[in-house]
Amino acid sequence: MYRALADAIADAEAGGTTLAVVALEAESRDHGRPIDEIRGVLARALAVMRGAVADGLTGDMRSASGLVGGDAAKLRLGPAGPLSGTPFREVLARALAVQEVNAAMGVIVAAPTAGGAGILPAVLTGLADARQIDDTRLIDALATAGLIGAVVAERASLSGAEGGCQAETGAAAGMAAGAATEMLGGSPAQVGHAVALAQQATLGLICDPLGGLVELPCVFRNATGAAIALAAIEMALAGIEFAIPADEVIDTMGEIGRTMDVRYRETAGGGLAATPTGRRLARERLYQIKRA
Amino acid sequence: MVSLLDIIGPVMVGPSSSHTAGACRLGLLARGLVGGTPETALLELHGSFARTGEGHGTDKALTGGLLGFRPDDDRLRQALEIAERDGLAYRFEKTTMEGEVHPNTVRMTVARGAERAVVVGSSLGAGRVRLTEIDGYAVEITGSLYTLVLTAEDRRGSIARIAQLLADASINIATLRLSRKERGGDAFMVVETDEPAPLVLCDGIRALSWVRRVRALDRVSG
Repeated sequence: MYRALADAIADAEAGGTTLAVVALEAESRDHGRPIDEIRGVLARALAVMRGAVADGLTGDMRSASGLVGGDAAKLRLGPAGPLSGTPFREVLARALAVQEVNAAMGVIVAAPTAGGAGILPAVLTGLADARQIDDTRLIDALATAGLIGAVVAERASLSGAEGGCQAETGAAAGMAAGAATEMLGGSPAQVGHAVALAQQATLGLICDPLGGLVELPCVFRNATGAAIALAAIEMALAGIEFAIPADEVIDTMGEIGRTMDVRYRETAGGGLAATPTGRRLARERLYQIKRA
Repeated sequence: MVSLLDIIGPVMVGPSSSHTAGACRLGLLARGLVGGTPETALLELHGSFARTGEGHGTDKALTGGLLGFRPDDDRLRQALEIAERDGLAYRFEKTTMEGEVHPNTVRMTVARGAERAVVVGSSLGAGRVRLTEIDGYAVEITGSLYTLVLTAEDRRGSIARIAQLLADASINIATLRLSRKERGGDAFMVVETDEPAPLVLCDGIRALSWVRRVRALDRVSG
């Protein structure tokens, strides 16, 4: 797989093709698997993503601790806001939905991780459904997202324990932004700008879950991460360019992660987890899990 | 090498790819080293595994892996009860390991009959894992390929002989790593292969007079 998004963009441009195609070709070459087989695995992932979206929007999801759940339904059924009736509100609802399923120990696709699993399905299926985009193009989009995530894994990290939330929901926002930009007709270069625009917005984001549980604020970080991805897509498709290349933004994320205090790397030692309310809720809810 | 399918995946039971899916895979690898569900397991959790494991179901996921459940198996939720029912005596302890250790690391001491293994592994994020130590030998096993773990006398030509047996069975070697604690002591060979090693091949290797132990691990991802 590519170690630099710039190389993948150059290959796609030289071949007059998409990043999805060069990503699938690289994966096939690296692992000796036919492209159809890789697409088949991605198709199954897409089916699980759609299942998690549906479960989260219609089911009554509650985590073991009871800290999160039921908020996706509020966006679906609750009072209208200024963005009601737009894909924006639907994407937010879907991001919450998948994360509520995840927190309830339901089945999801870690893309790239479980903690950031709501963003990619929400952005891709939300926008595809709004524009009547078929599953073939959604599967291409997943390949592009996988390429972006692989570059982040190589250059920085995809682990909250190593790099904070910027490595989980931040990476997911970059993947979703780049993949959707291509799905909606953006060029390989525009994909690069979308990734950079999304990830610059999450630099320094800490991982501070209450009690160390993938619940609060994780569920909401998926919704806001999806919102950042939407902003990046809108800007990139409008032709806006971000002066720092995506690879360098990703390197910056890695560098920040390496020097980030351990309190802010999934240990529940700092951030929102260490607030008086955060500590109290974690104490009460962890007691509840142990008793269950 | 990072695979696109590691990034868009795994399909898994929540809530954490590193603390749940990765932990499950580490359990599966430890299970493979003793050839089935262990009877006893001591699981020593380091770093973030120790601090936040409980709320992430890390205990259930590691135990589920030892029971042979894969990361998308919804029995993971009940793994602790199933272990008690099926006679897997597990025990969790918190520890602090010395040196440069990944934050999500576990030391697993497992036993099944006469088979025993002490293995250290880390969950690297996005469900990817790496075993770093088996029975005191440094290793690097990702579980994304099939793995043969051989203990043998430290002697000339051993790599050539093993490579020939694998080639004869049409098995392609992806990586091969040899380590030893001292000259003339036991050699520890880890071979990652693209295809699984059939039982008859394992028996063929085992039949070599200078080979002490052969363990074959299944792929746990990819």
